[in-house]
Amino acid sequence: MSRTILRYAALTIGAIAMVGPFVWMVLTSVTGDTQLGRVDAPLLPDPATVDPYARLGDAFPFWRFAANSIGVAVASTLLQLFTSATAAYAFSRLRFRGSNLVFLLYLATMMIPMQVIIVPLFIEMRYLGLVDSYAGLLLPTVVSSFGVFMLRQAFMALPKELDEAAYVDGAGHVRVFAQVLLPLVAPALATFAVFAFMSSWNAFLWPLVIAQTEAHMTLPVGLSLLQGRYSTAWNVVMAGSTVSVLPILALYVFAQRYVVRGITFTGIKS
Amino acid sequence: MSATQVATRPPVAKPAARRRPGRARRWRTAGAAAAFLSPSLVMLLAFWIGPMVGTLWVSLQDWNLIGTAEFVGFDNYTELAGDAGFRAALGHTLLYLAGYLPLVLILGLAVALLLDAKLPAMTLYRATFFLPVISSWVAVSLLWKWLLNPADGLVNRALGWVGVSGPGWWTDPQWAMPSVVLASAWKDVGFVAVILLAGLQAIPRDLLEAAALDGAGAWRKLRSITLPMLSPSLFFVTVISLINGFQVFDQVWVMTEGGPGGASTVVVQQIVEYAFSYGRVGYASAMSIVLFLVILAVTAVQLRLQRRWVHYE
Repeated sequence: MSRTILRYAALTIGAIAMVGPFVWMVLTSVTGDTQLGRVDAPLLPDPATVDPYARLGDAFPFWRFAANSIGVAVASTLLQLFTSATAAYAFSRLRFRGSNLVFLLYLATMMIPMQVIIVPLFIEMRYLGLVDSYAGLLLPTVVSSFGVFMLRQAFMALPKELDEAAYVDGAGHVRVFAQVLLPLVAPALATFAVFAFMSSWNAFLWPLVIAQTEAHMTLPVGLSLLQGRYSTAWNVVMAGSTVSVLPILALYVFAQRYVVRGITFTGIKS
Repeated sequence: MSATQVATRPPVAKPAARRRPGRARRWRTAGAAAAFLSPSLVMLLAFWIGPMVGTLWVSLQDWNLIGTAEFVGFDNYTELAGDAGFRAALGHTLLYLAGYLPLVLILGLAVALLLDAKLPAMTLYRATFFLPVISSWVAVSLLWKWLLNPADGLVNRALGWVGVSGPGWWTDPQWAMPSVVLASAWKDVGFVAVILLAGLQAIPRDLLEAAALDGAGAWRKLRSITLPMLSPSLFFVTVISLINGFQVFDQVWVMTEGGPGGASTVVVQQIVEYAFSYGRVGYASAMSIVLFLVILAVTAVQLRLQRRWVHYE
């Protein structure tokens, strides 16, 4: 019994350490300028104000950044689902020469971090005339070897008899893929979709490099600049941070088991 | 197209289908494979594998992106070997890892052990530890920069209540990297914990119960059963955390911008600065290659060492 109480006590301390900073973020975001930065100021803003949120758009097209983030994240997620699922189908359902070798190539790219290829990637985008464009933001993110790997596992768990039955009924590959198998791997698709959206929404390095004008910046890039220009207005900066965390929080509440499944999936496959 | 429909068909259909894998069908399959693979393969070649090869090529050039590239062989690498700034950045990256890795592994293990119980509200607790994991590095870094604000940040205010005067955190060269480490470990504890938790839940309960019957205490069970059984998961998070740690950038860029006075400049930051601020893309690419080789070497060493401590069943 006492052991259970100790466990809860330790977990509660940990939980406070995890949630407390976010609470402070939100509290700061509704604090007026006069109380901000005073060491003797009360912890609870008095009175609370939404003024920092109203000022988010003052120095920057902040809401434009948010719209860019949503657009890029949604497009990137949909395209990743398409490229990953089709490739997963080929690797799990079609026997072709060199299949293992090509799959190895996919796996190998999982080990290449964006940080390592960023310079030639940027040079390539320059040649394509895509620096500071939506296409430039989007293109390097439309394929995920992790997604291919994950969906391939899901496809492989489905019995081959399913396809055979469909072939006998006269279905082609496209129909087998889209109408027979895809609905059956919906949970894996959902898990990967949540993952793809999160990583696109939170991405920083590539958007920082490729977006050069405010028209094409995403929320994380905009936020990082917000602190530079508003060096002391922490309430405005925290309002921006709150806005950037809210959608992902909503997604998490909605799709919690998919998020956790995605994380553990990477762990189990070690 | 359902399975029952097939079952009712005369069995004659089966041998016919089995005889067919002839040349025509093989070609059809190859065509389908090409069609299904091409969306991802084209993108992968264009935006990952191509640039990877490109990094090698560019690293042998002297190029400022404006003029023409000039082949200089390994000059960039030899210059890199004598570059004190790069050595410092590598040192800061290692310093980051030296703080971050033990912190995130020990805390992550502790949280996973605490969460590994069939008790009420565990899902809720797990969700709270996961909040930072799903937030962006930029948001987390800004949040911690504000918490660790030297004068009026919550952390130093709280320290003041108990009579401690807190350090200057990210404004102090000595404390800049520890500030980054603190924020990073806080963000990643939940990630490590969830992976380790999955590993813990795969350990058969009867093993622990049998040990308890034999009189093993909590500490003994942890050392003799839980940790060895958990070693594959521990190995996995260690490898992942190391690879990610070498690429640390976002949180440094936002919290300290590498300062003060270059005290927390890391390797990726140098790559970005040389390529996009100083316009030396060849030199920056050489740094990328070195970083990649370091990650590769460390991962290879870990794979070798795993035989010593990782137990697979």
